Amino acid sequence: MTTAAQRSTTIASGARRSGGGLWGAIYIVWWRDVLRYWRDRARVGASLAQPLLYLVIFGTGLASSLGGGFGASAGATGISYIQFIYPGVISMSVLFTAIFGAMSIVWDREFGFMRELLVAPIDRSAIAIGKTLGGATQAMIQGLILLVLAPFVGVYLDPLVLLELVVLVFVLAFGLSAMGVALASGMRSMQGFQMVMNFLMMPMFFLSGALFPLVGLPGWMTVLTRLDPASYGIDPIRRVLLGSSGIPVDRFALTLFDRTLAIPVEAAIVIAFGLVMLGIAVRSFQRRD
Amino acid sequence: MSAVIEVRDLVKKYGDIEAVRGIDLDVEQGEVFGFLGPNGAGKTTTISILCTLLRPTAGTARVAGIDVADDPAAVRSRIGLVFQDPSLDDQLTARENLELHGRIYGVPGALRRQRIAELLRVVELSDRAASLVKTFSGGMKRRLEIARGVLHHPQILFLDEPTLGLDPQTRKHIWDYLEQLRRREGVTLFMTTHYMDEAEFCDRIAIIDRGKIVALGTPAELKSRIGGDLITLTVADVPAAAKEIAERFGIAPLAANGTLRIEVPDGASFLPRLVRDLPMRIDSVALSRPSLDDVFLKLTGHAIRTEGASEKDMLRNMGRMWRGGRR
Repeated sequence: MTTAAQRSTTIASGARRSGGGLWGAIYIVWWRDVLRYWRDRARVGASLAQPLLYLVIFGTGLASSLGGGFGASAGATGISYIQFIYPGVISMSVLFTAIFGAMSIVWDREFGFMRELLVAPIDRSAIAIGKTLGGATQAMIQGLILLVLAPFVGVYLDPLVLLELVVLVFVLAFGLSAMGVALASGMRSMQGFQMVMNFLMMPMFFLSGALFPLVGLPGWMTVLTRLDPASYGIDPIRRVLLGSSGIPVDRFALTLFDRTLAIPVEAAIVIAFGLVMLGIAVRSFQRRD
Repeated sequence: MSAVIEVRDLVKKYGDIEAVRGIDLDVEQGEVFGFLGPNGAGKTTTISILCTLLRPTAGTARVAGIDVADDPAAVRSRIGLVFQDPSLDDQLTARENLELHGRIYGVPGALRRQRIAELLRVVELSDRAASLVKTFSGGMKRRLEIARGVLHHPQILFLDEPTLGLDPQTRKHIWDYLEQLRRREGVTLFMTTHYMDEAEFCDRIAIIDRGKIVALGTPAELKSRIGGDLITLTVADVPAAAKEIAERFGIAPLAANGTLRIEVPDGASFLPRLVRDLPMRIDSVALSRPSLDDVFLKLTGHAIRTEGASEKDMLRNMGRMWRGGRR
């Protein structure tokens, strides 16, 4: 048994400033988020309900009223509406998980564990980065879980496609999670959350091409859809997921100034957006009142 | 003995509102220092500045010899904190919460495990180490937070209303744990409270009201500011009785909450005279040694306000309901 003074010195001579530098601190923040998520498996199950509602009820209902065929040149080898929104529903899951996850920061800051982190001797940027990655990991898993429905909508996955999807879903999850953390970091009350829901999350979802193709829209709406970062995250997921099963999806591909964007370009746009948002979040966390 | 906390002319403004209006104080190593005052007096703001959560508007604060404005991270690694509201992660177990804290503060592995086992024993939570924190009672959460607060051997443990919302028996226990920890670890305790009886456990107390320290000293010193004994009188017509007492005995009584308080050097001999000579009907009369409540009342002219929930309190209660509902 060592004395208190000896132990105190041991800690002092150890990492006084943080648990293993910036990366160590990021890892701790991330680990806590993932551990919590793992604990809350019941929530994981329950959170599948909403996407299923969209897919089964909304999808079937709208498909029926659209009259079997979907899109301008629907034919025997066409794409059904349910197939079309399947990647959209996956992305919806990602979007909602990422934003909701980030909004918990607002509450946590006032009355929860966030305060423990804010007074810890770690660089505040570690909190922003760790939270973004933690939220992105959860959102990615929430999205990827829905891939189990693939056989029911006539989509076939091989390992390579799966790998591509993991990367693309993570990219979308990262961009949205970073945005959520940036928003939450500047927010001091839960009242702002309703605003985010109504004026950001829902418009982002509707304009993202999750529910309808972003082609042949009125000019003003085309502009708005192209300003929506989620559009650039959802489109590659759809092209890879449906395209690999031979479903003709290319005519719905996202265009910018009448040019179809390559998948890596789209991914790069989302990553760039995420990094800008992360930068804002880091700055915001480093500021003290 | 040297000062581990040195505060000079500290000011904190929120826009036009001055929450802290020029505070000076020194706290010695190993001391239990109490910061006493009503809600909204500036206690939490001051403690937040000392813990580097808020930046001072003016003045300086040195904690563990480091200026809080210069090197917040260095200050943070040398202090522990127990907040008014639990800042535990209630989806994790007690041990996981401590484990996270140890990692964040860079306590090396073997020492961390030893420390966790030892502190869980001190706060009598060893048998619940693997339980999720959301299954804990308020008192258990507070104990766990106190254990967490000292896990990394801080020089100073700050406690913001450590026993708020706990029943009297649990409050007493929390105090026993704190006393035990102070003896074992030699940690300085800096705490805020608005429970007067708790302040009596402190070595020294600063009484703060409306952003300023109105008195500072040991509980005994502060109580000696009230001359001798205190007589509390309940009468129907307070102003008339006050006038009567002032005329007959040459003493200015203090009126508060429908009672009159009279300070006298020797209460036992004064009381019969008072009852005999006062012409009006007396509903009740009590003779007491002065408490810190009385000191506070005398120094500030008003009682410690515990009624009237602030906006934050309301939000906090809403949160409790909301969180409770989710379980």
